[in-house]
Amino acid sequence: MDFLNAIIALANYVLIPGIAYGSQLALGALGVTLVYSILRFSNFAHGDTMAMGAMATVLMTWLFQSWGISLGPLPTALLALPFGILFAVGLVLFTDRTVYRFYRVKKAQPVILVIVSLGVTFIYNGVTRFIIGADDQSFFDGERFIISAREFKKATGLAEGLSFKTTQGITIVTAIVVVALLFWFLNKTRAGKSMRAYSDNEDLALLSGINPERVVMITWMIVATLATIAGVLYGLDKSFKPFTYFQLLLPIFASAIVGGLGNPLGAIAGGFVIAFSEVTITYAWKKVLVYLMPESLEPSGLVQLLSTDYKFAVSFVILLIVLLFKPTGLFKGQAV
Amino acid sequence: MSDPYGDRGNKDLSIGNSKGMGSEMPQSGGTSFAAPGGPFLIGDGMTAGYGKGPDILHDCTIAVDKGEIAVIVGPNGAGKSTGMKAVFGMLDMRKGHVRLDGEDITDLSPQDRVSKGMGFVPQTSNIFTSMTVEENLEMGAFIRTDDFSDTMAQVYDLFPILKEKRLQAAGELSGGQRQQVAVGRALMTQPKVLMLDEPTAGVSPIVMDELFDRIIEVARTGIPILMVEQNARQALEIADKGYVLVQGANAYTGTGKELLADPEVRKSFLGG
Repeated sequence: MDFLNAIIALANYVLIPGIAYGSQLALGALGVTLVYSILRFSNFAHGDTMAMGAMATVLMTWLFQSWGISLGPLPTALLALPFGILFAVGLVLFTDRTVYRFYRVKKAQPVILVIVSLGVTFIYNGVTRFIIGADDQSFFDGERFIISAREFKKATGLAEGLSFKTTQGITIVTAIVVVALLFWFLNKTRAGKSMRAYSDNEDLALLSGINPERVVMITWMIVATLATIAGVLYGLDKSFKPFTYFQLLLPIFASAIVGGLGNPLGAIAGGFVIAFSEVTITYAWKKVLVYLMPESLEPSGLVQLLSTDYKFAVSFVILLIVLLFKPTGLFKGQAV
Repeated sequence: MSDPYGDRGNKDLSIGNSKGMGSEMPQSGGTSFAAPGGPFLIGDGMTAGYGKGPDILHDCTIAVDKGEIAVIVGPNGAGKSTGMKAVFGMLDMRKGHVRLDGEDITDLSPQDRVSKGMGFVPQTSNIFTSMTVEENLEMGAFIRTDDFSDTMAQVYDLFPILKEKRLQAAGELSGGQRQQVAVGRALMTQPKVLMLDEPTAGVSPIVMDELFDRIIEVARTGIPILMVEQNARQALEIADKGYVLVQGANAYTGTGKELLADPEVRKSFLGG
């Protein structure tokens, strides 16, 4: 019984939150890795693209809520998500046309574009806060839990409860669907293959008749979609606050680099590595250990390796360790 | 002042992926017009250079006719590859004309020339290394909207090894096989003329002989071939027409046999 309780406690506090957070990071890292491999720079504006897309979704959700439209047990935000995506796509295409294209035509080196994207970040960041404010915004509605801790305890008779939030379920399902669609698109469709060809060898792609501007446009559209979905899922799961998206940039980049920059499979793996490291290192293991250890060995402290305030440090350390021992990332990406 | 859009030697790949980044190429926008007569493909009296740089070619003429193999040879730095690139529109043409199949295409960009029926195999980075052999061929056929499966079958007939390795990443193949992928990719558009920039660079002599055999086979299918070669003697043996360039200008021109027999050419370029 103690053993079962330990597993449930672990699932409740580590596994499920880790998988949900990992899915969100993976979606974010996929966007970063796509921009990196096709537009050839690290897009620092990705976090704030997520914020912008999520903001549009939040506003649409409020509008729908005021009209009394809802999805029953599911959050209304899912209904607003396509509008958020449309807004984000329009936004990044506008940014590309007015900002990035100027440098692309001049064949500016990637480092220039990185700094340019940093400028774009600040603008997005300001605009987001200007429109929706800097505070926490709640836009979740519908059924809170798929399995709530109390019901679980009643049904199983265990001392530990297992709760599975609707948002976590939605996050995981959405991530699987989106990733499957993305891989199908990149590997099976003509447009997807042309993106890979362009990423591999721009000149030869041009000589093969692939239109670079079209490849860039499709890439931005996919990136904006991924960013909005990741942003909305994160906002639903935690809460929407513009600044958290800027902070998310670090774990997202850590995920992309740990997995291997430019490798979509790596971005996903990296997302989960970072998420689980963060969750396991900042989790207080006392509860699980109390169930598993004989009474004489029970820990007296919380057995928390790092306070949650330091969770961002975890991404950094994982990043360092991976880069020291495997500079190309876990999967074969570009050498850093 | 240094280049404002350069990276001053930054090598940090975590912020930018400069591998595979394109070079500056002329933008499309020019038009072509009818100019009947003359050989099938001719770069006529070309004076050209890169960007704002000095002239590299000086009144250089290169041509190939239907059913022929034309070979450009010459010492290092003679402008062989440059001449080929000029014909393909990758340079700034200051004087001269390029005509293909009775059409003046001097103002067209390289990508427009591809859709006009020119197939070009660059000397380096001529395949998509991360994609499979089959995907490479598919990308070669990107501009085609019709069914290209029979062209692919023809390419596989021509290069049987590619069929065997079709699901392998092209970057994992040997040098000779990569060149076959590169030529196969260019053939997928069903070009009216094929241009090869040193197809045998960096391969062993045995593979080189095989590649030459394959190139002759391609020529037998009726596609005129214009080719730059380091291995002058072997190249001239299979050539219907040879151009010896020196310092960006035509030095000797003739059939392959004539050039091989010419004592001057033998002495200066073929080692006696």
